[in-house]
Amino acid sequence: MNDALQDPEICPLGVDGILVRFARNLNDTANARALAFRDQVEAADIAGVTEVAPSLVSVRIGFDPSATDRNAVTTAILTLLAEPMSGDTPPRRLWRIPACFSPDHAAQLAEAAQLAGCTVDQAIAEITTQQVRVMAIGFAPGQPYLGLLPDHWNIPRQSALTDTLPQGALICAVRQLIIWAAEAPTGWRHIGQTAFRVYLPETKQPFALQPGDVVQFAAVSDTDFATIQRDGTTNGGARCEVLR
Amino acid sequence: MPTLTLHKAGPGLTVQDLGRPGWKAQGLSTGGAADPLALLEGAALLGAGTDNAVIEMMGFGGTFTVSEGTHFALTGAVMQANIDGATVEHNTTQFLPAGAKLTIAGATKGVYGYLALAGGITTAPIMDSRATHLTAGIGTRLATDDALPIGADMDRMRAPVKLHVDDRLSGGTIRIMPGPQTGFFSDQTLAAFATTTFQRNPRGNRQGIRLDYEGKGFGMQGGLTFVSDLIVSGDIQMTGDGVPYILLAECQTIGGYPRIGSVIPADLPKVAQAAPGTALRFQFLSVVEADATATTYAAQLRQLRARCTPVLRDPHDIADLLGYQLISGATPGDDLERP
Repeated sequence: MNDALQDPEICPLGVDGILVRFARNLNDTANARALAFRDQVEAADIAGVTEVAPSLVSVRIGFDPSATDRNAVTTAILTLLAEPMSGDTPPRRLWRIPACFSPDHAAQLAEAAQLAGCTVDQAIAEITTQQVRVMAIGFAPGQPYLGLLPDHWNIPRQSALTDTLPQGALICAVRQLIIWAAEAPTGWRHIGQTAFRVYLPETKQPFALQPGDVVQFAAVSDTDFATIQRDGTTNGGARCEVLR
Repeated sequence: MPTLTLHKAGPGLTVQDLGRPGWKAQGLSTGGAADPLALLEGAALLGAGTDNAVIEMMGFGGTFTVSEGTHFALTGAVMQANIDGATVEHNTTQFLPAGAKLTIAGATKGVYGYLALAGGITTAPIMDSRATHLTAGIGTRLATDDALPIGADMDRMRAPVKLHVDDRLSGGTIRIMPGPQTGFFSDQTLAAFATTTFQRNPRGNRQGIRLDYEGKGFGMQGGLTFVSDLIVSGDIQMTGDGVPYILLAECQTIGGYPRIGSVIPADLPKVAQAAPGTALRFQFLSVVEADATATTYAAQLRQLRARCTPVLRDPHDIADLLGYQLISGATPGDDLERP
């Protein structure tokens, strides 16, 4: 099941929300449909709808139960789903973000590479040559889900949780990368380290990345990474190129 | 501006209101009071609005003074409290004179106690809310010697009221509704889940609590490779080894572990207030049944206000009787005869 579902699933998500799910497994088509459907719902301005939140393959439509109800919102959603949808939209911005893959900064890289069926050097090459899309932001403020990596990176999460990881950690599972922003347990594996802050609550633009941006990681040495960490003038040495 | 000073702060004190809805797409969960009903009860007792910011006290209280006398209320978890030695009732409008020391002890029942003030805590809002969101790095835990701005009490002569509150501090049956992944679990697993008695594990915080149980886990085939999807507070998440976690106010916004169902908002305070070891059972509602329980904070506050009853005090128990204005509203005596 690697494509978007012909008929998206409409599920309850809380007493004040509906989840429209475009696939059961992560794929680019479903992600693009979810992002496009978000735009469609926002443009439709449905009465009583309070929030339109896109995710990897789904969109949650939140509503005020004192102003509308599940049936009315569901009817409006079905009408929108019946409309023809626009296709893929090209990326708006390209971010180049330095990352260090030395063992001190990537405790589980060897384990992850083994699960992906490649050597550590091959793993680094695959992670840094590809541009990965910001498929969704979530789990923690500003934290991007980046993907998709090649199919052999479809490695499961660990069954046990890692208690904590440094901010900026590059972690992976199920063909995706995350630049870690939270102080929270995770089941994803720590395969690299950036000095990039995805969330800057003290600034006017607290969220660095937007869904639809693309990211390319650049491998740097321990020494270069230490320099980047000391340099307070950039956001982890990242450079952002506006594409359109 | 009047201030509230913390002379001694327990380790889990934060400023809370009803949080920041509407930022899920940016990865910021709503946050706010772990037991929003307790915040609304405080607002009802004080005639305040749903935006009244309070001090949330997880497990431990503290010692407080105010620079200007104000009414206040203690709601949520039961925490023994006194003003300069005189016992303070729970769920009742109280008055704290300027300089008097309000001492709040640790919770004897429940987890989250709340100190609500008539004028509210008036720290600067961030993204339209004063709620501390620890995992999002918004605000910090309060510490000894902190001083917070508070709003003035606009009705110093108000008649005290009290609220009879149904017990929600002892666990029991929690109503849950199906969510997007409920159907991924087998009927057998769902049935076993609904007939198991769980205990709240000591591990837990404003993000969520872990549940213990006897017997085999509630895992599922392929549960570790599901696409991550949106989360709401109340969701019951199963980690790979089948251990359930109930997600609370400061939960993440997206997660990959499958969720067997979601605690309805009406019962989530019971979950938040379940101390370690408290027994919890789950009852599945249909979506229609669950939706019938949906309400808004504004409607809840109106209902709570209507349920407040006057406190009748025996004059013998009022130590500062002579401090009260016992005669007010004296009239010329001919009011009824005037046009």
